[in-house]
Parts: sequence; structure tokens; C-alpha cells
Amino acid sequence: MPQNDTVQDLGLDEYKYDFVADTKPVFRAEKGLTEEVVRQISAHKEEPEWMLEYRLKAFEVYNSKPMPKWGGDLDSLEAVLDEIYFYVRPQEQMERSWDDVPDEIKETFEKLGIPEAERKVLAGVGAQYESEMVYHSLREEWAAQGVIFDSIEDGLKNHPELFREHFGTIIPMRDNKFAAMNAAVWSGGSFVYVPKGVSLDTPLQAYFRVNQERMGQFERTLIIIEEGAQAHYIEGCTAPVYSTESFHSGVIEIVVKKNARFRYTTIQNWSNNMYNLVTQRSIVHEGATMEWLDGNLGSKLTMKYPSCYLVGEGAHGEIMSIAYSGDGQHQDTGGKVVHMAPYTTSSITSKSISKGNGRSTYRGLCKVHKGAHHARSNVECDALLINDTSRTDTYPYIEIEEDDAHVGHEASVSKIGEEQLFYLESRGIAKDEAMAMIVRGFIEPIAKQLPLEYAVELNRLIEMEMEGSVG
Amino acid sequence: MSDAPILKISGLEAKVTDEDLMILRGLDLEIGKGEVHAIMGPNGSGKSTLAKVLAGHPGYAVTGGKVTFCGKDLLEFEVDERSLAGLFLAFQYPVDIPGVSIANFLRTAVQAHQPEGEEIDIFDFSDILTERMELLEMDVSFAERHVNDGFSGGEKKRNEILQMAMLHPKLAVMDETDSGLDIDALKIVSSGVNTLTEEDPEMSILLITHYQRLLDYIKPDHVHVMVDGRIVRSGGPEIALALEAEGYKDWRTADSVANGV
Repeated sequence: MPQNDTVQDLGLDEYKYDFVADTKPVFRAEKGLTEEVVRQISAHKEEPEWMLEYRLKAFEVYNSKPMPKWGGDLDSLEAVLDEIYFYVRPQEQMERSWDDVPDEIKETFEKLGIPEAERKVLAGVGAQYESEMVYHSLREEWAAQGVIFDSIEDGLKNHPELFREHFGTIIPMRDNKFAAMNAAVWSGGSFVYVPKGVSLDTPLQAYFRVNQERMGQFERTLIIIEEGAQAHYIEGCTAPVYSTESFHSGVIEIVVKKNARFRYTTIQNWSNNMYNLVTQRSIVHEGATMEWLDGNLGSKLTMKYPSCYLVGEGAHGEIMSIAYSGDGQHQDTGGKVVHMAPYTTSSITSKSISKGNGRSTYRGLCKVHKGAHHARSNVECDALLINDTSRTDTYPYIEIEEDDAHVGHEASVSKIGEEQLFYLESRGIAKDEAMAMIVRGFIEPIAKQLPLEYAVELNRLIEMEMEGSVG
Repeated sequence: MSDAPILKISGLEAKVTDEDLMILRGLDLEIGKGEVHAIMGPNGSGKSTLAKVLAGHPGYAVTGGKVTFCGKDLLEFEVDERSLAGLFLAFQYPVDIPGVSIANFLRTAVQAHQPEGEEIDIFDFSDILTERMELLEMDVSFAERHVNDGFSGGEKKRNEILQMAMLHPKLAVMDETDSGLDIDALKIVSSGVNTLTEEDPEMSILLITHYQRLLDYIKPDHVHVMVDGRIVRSGGPEIALALEAEGYKDWRTADSVANGV
């Protein structure tokens, strides 16, 4: 038995999204984050005065807050940010017809399978390239029922009251340093509104692509699901591999009103030189259900903790996450559930896989406020280590102010067992395939919740990552 | 028996990989095409080690001797290559693979057994799996369960037989397949094995067992007694009956080793 096959590196060259389109932006701000850049962004977007003031205030807040000392290693981030382009405008206007999108950009998205996804009867598709949404479309039948699926800029322009009522209320600029940064320089992202009682039977999908080197992407998404409505939103993210670091810091705000139901699915597959620091939060009202399905596969460092604030009686929040950390990667992910009303329920299921010197951290908060009696919450986090050099940590924070609450927490760490591998191999299955099979089985409870094409893509990725992973 | 033996073991010595503990100490055994052999022996005699060494378990290191399987040097093969060459090990303790369905597992295994570049048709596979499950009197819903996860002892062993039925080995080594089974489960499992040997009379079987009772259901052509890492006596089914009456203690002495074989 060869026991010492060298563990091959992750093979960044195998990352299939590593291609660069030769697009010339129509405008690119100076690198680094300055007040001038903030003003330029606002001017390019022809924003109302209040938004410019909001951005400038957020810029101050950003400067006043120190870098977080917890989570991943952010020591070199400040130097990285000085070299980042915070705003790159790829084209003059957003298109409604795919044919009108510039060829190079269109080609990029076609390689990524976006128009293909649209043909698979999605309710709507959006695509962001660098700093701006370049394309947005919504099926006529949904538009006729009052559904809005637009770029965030058009949300502000065309629905100013609805926008202002919710924008920045779910995640205030002071929430954390990167929420403040996003509030200052946000650009792109989706504005979604589903009216009372409307159920979208197919998902809305948004795709985020960073093409340029040393690019920062700061999308801002605001989603409002009215009473009794139902919808599913999917976002996917990729970037080419550069030798320099890139930066992504999104803010996602969601309101799920009484008895409504919403699912937000993310498959993040950034290249392994991306800092990915995202704030995602939902307010969940009486009898409503919010589900986060979060897949973090790429990036150098991801810090992301989707959260559910359960503010109405009987509200339910669910967070399911899969994290994969290969060589040089750190996924610091998890979830937050905050119970603020009686009979609220929540569950967090987190599965992480660490390979090579990759590191996965589960960081979660379950808080039950006084008065949220009969709250129930269950947290389960399982970590799978592929090699002796990979690492996993668990930081579950639990704060309970109500006697009558049931909170459960289970955590497990396992290594791929020699006996499991031997069993599969003894049936003629090659070692790499056996390994991939065990890993796929490990994430199966969450993977089966994914839309089919994403589940297939996830399986393909795991297979690729497991090649040559065992000695 | 004009054919060359399918398995020929000579002077096999093996130890636990990370220790100096010798378990197999010069074992000889020959199995011909279509023959059913049984190895019986007390606990600690090395029976299960023999099964694992044949399958290539990384926890054991071969320190001497030769194993020829279908004319080839088996010890040169990786674990998966041994399976592809036609060796099957029915595990004493089948392993759980959570999240992987039996159908998916078997499809991957059957695919691995196809010649290079040949894809199995998913519908054909499904038909074959259903037919094999019916043959073994298994409910088709079994295929959707996760491999050995939460299975009873009997279900695990039936799952082993199902795998054997799907992979059509030339030689099936059955490691204490009877252990942990009640009499009903034992009958079901044995009748499954008998069905497969009737179907393919060329398939050879090596039964490894502590007890005679399995041999009431699967009739061996040859019985071997193993003590301290060696075969100490070989003969017909009558040996098993003698063992049942006398126990193993007489075989433990050096004299009996000299009397044997």
C-alpha cells in the first residue's frame, strides 16, 4: 500500500472559473477608499442627496471602527484595501435584453451558464459584473402580479418610498466595520419585492462576477417579502484567479412578513485570493419562515454568519451551511438566531470539510430574549477533516434570558476513516472516488436541499478537490 | 481438477502493520474453481486476518510467502484492483457510509468493474439491481437506504450478499458471515449465497467461521482447521462435525499440528 503519496496542492489551475474577459470599463475610480471615491460613486448613480449623505456618514463610521480582532486573519487586509479599486463601472446602463449586453461580458456569463439558467424557467435572472448589475430580467407573468426584481439602483430610483422605508434598517451602518464600508460604497445587488400572497414557483437568480484584478465588489441587496408571499432567491459568485488579493463585502437585508416564506441560497465559489466578508440578516415576522442555505467553497477568507431575527410569534428561522476549506483557505462561517418573540423556533445545521492546511470555523450565536417563552432552537455542527494538517474550531455562543426555552447543541468532528475507505475500495472503487463518496455522503443532508444544477456542481467540485488527496 | 487453482497461498506470513505481532505464520491453502472451502478455528487463530490480508487491508503487512490469484501475484495489487480482479470480501463488520445510498454505492462499484471507457446504462443498472434484490428476497426500498447506516446485524450481512450478487466475484471470502445472526437471518443469508453459487457454479467460496452451524446451510467441499496462524488440518465436511463434538482444544498443541495437514 503506498502510504506516502504526496498530497497534491489544490491545483488552482483547475478552478474552472479562472478566465479573464478583455473588457474596458467605462469608468474606474482611483484605487483605495477615499471620500472622493464615495462621492464619485453617488454621482455616477445620480443619487438623491439623502443617499450621498448616508454614504458619507457611513464612510466616517467605517473610519472610526477598528478592524475586527476575531474571526479570520485580517492583519494584511488594510494594505490590500489600499490597492483595491472600489468602483468599476463596466458599461453605461443596465440591459433588459440579453442581446444588448456587450459581447465580452455576455461571453463571460455564457461560460458561467447564466442564460442557460434562465432558459431553465427561472422566475428572473440578474447579473452583476464588477460594480454594476449589467442585466436584469423578470418573467412577464410575475411582473404583472406586482413582483419587483431589479438592480438595487433602480429600486432606489423607481420605488423610493419602499426603498427608504427598509434600506439600512435591518443592518444599520454601525453594525460592523464592513457593513459601514458597504453602506459607503455599495454598488449593484438586487432589489426584490414580492407582494402579499404571491408565490413564485421558481427561483430568482442573481449572479456576481468579478473580472478585474484588485477589484472590490460591494453589492447591496434588499428583499421584502410581503404577508403570505413565497419566494426563493439564489446567488452565485465567481472570479478569476489573480496573484493579488480581491475583496468582496456584500450586505443582504431581508424582511419576511407575517406568514410569508423565503429561502436565500448562496453558492460562493470565489477564487482563493478573495476576502469575502458579508453581512446577511433577516427580520422574520409572525408565523413566517426564513431559510438560509449557504455554501462557501472558494475565497481566501470568508467571514459570514447569516442571521434570523425572529420578531413575531411563531416565526421560524433555519440556517443550513456547507463550508469547504482547502489549502490556504479559512472559512469562518456559521449563523445567528435571535429569538425575540414567544413560540419562535430555529435550527442551525453546519457541515464543514477541511483539507490540506485548510481551516473551518463554526461561529454561531443562539440568543433567546426575555419574553420569548417556549422558544426552541437546535444547533448541529459537524466537521470532517481530510488530513492531519487540516483544522476545525467551533465557537457556539448561547445566551438565554428565558427559563422556558429549549436549546440544543451538538457538535462532532470526524476524520475520514481508514475502515470506510477500505470498505469502498474493496468493492473496486478507486481511492479518490471513495474519498469523494464519503465527503458527498457527509454533506448529503444539506446538498439535497440545493437546486439540482448546484448540487451537481457541488459534487463535481468535491470530486475535483479530492483527486490526489489521500496517501 | 484439471484447472489451475483460483487461489494458491503458500507460506503466507503477516503481521499487524504498526506492531511486531505476527498473526499468519506460514499458511498454505489452495482453492479450485467452483469449490467451497471453510476455514474454522478458535478466536485469535488469525482467520479474519487472513481475510483482510487477502483483500489488502492497510492495517496488515505481509512479511513472507506468496498469494497467487487467477495466476497473478495478488499481493502486488491495490485494494480496488483485487476487487476488479474478481476477489470479494464479505465483511464481518460492514462499515457505515452515511449519506451514500446503496444504489449509488453499487452503481459506482459496478461502474468501476466495467472495461475502460464503458459506461453502464443507468436504467439497465436499475433493472439488474431490482432483479438481484428480488433474488435475495429484499425489498426494493432497501436500495435507497444509506450504506449500513442504522442497519440491523442481519441487514448488514444481507447487504454484503447483495454486493456480492452485483459484482459476480470469482472468489468470495466470507468473514464470519454467521456472527451476530439469529437463525432466521442465517437461513436467509445462506440461501442467498446458495442461490448465487447455483447461478454461477464456477464461483469459489471461502467461508471463515467459528461455528459449525453455518456449514449446515452452506455445504463446504473442503474444511480446514486453523490454529495460531497456520492450517493444521484439512479434510472433508466430517472435520467440522468432529470439531463441533470435540471443540478446538485438541488442536492447540504442537503434537496436533504435527498430526495435521
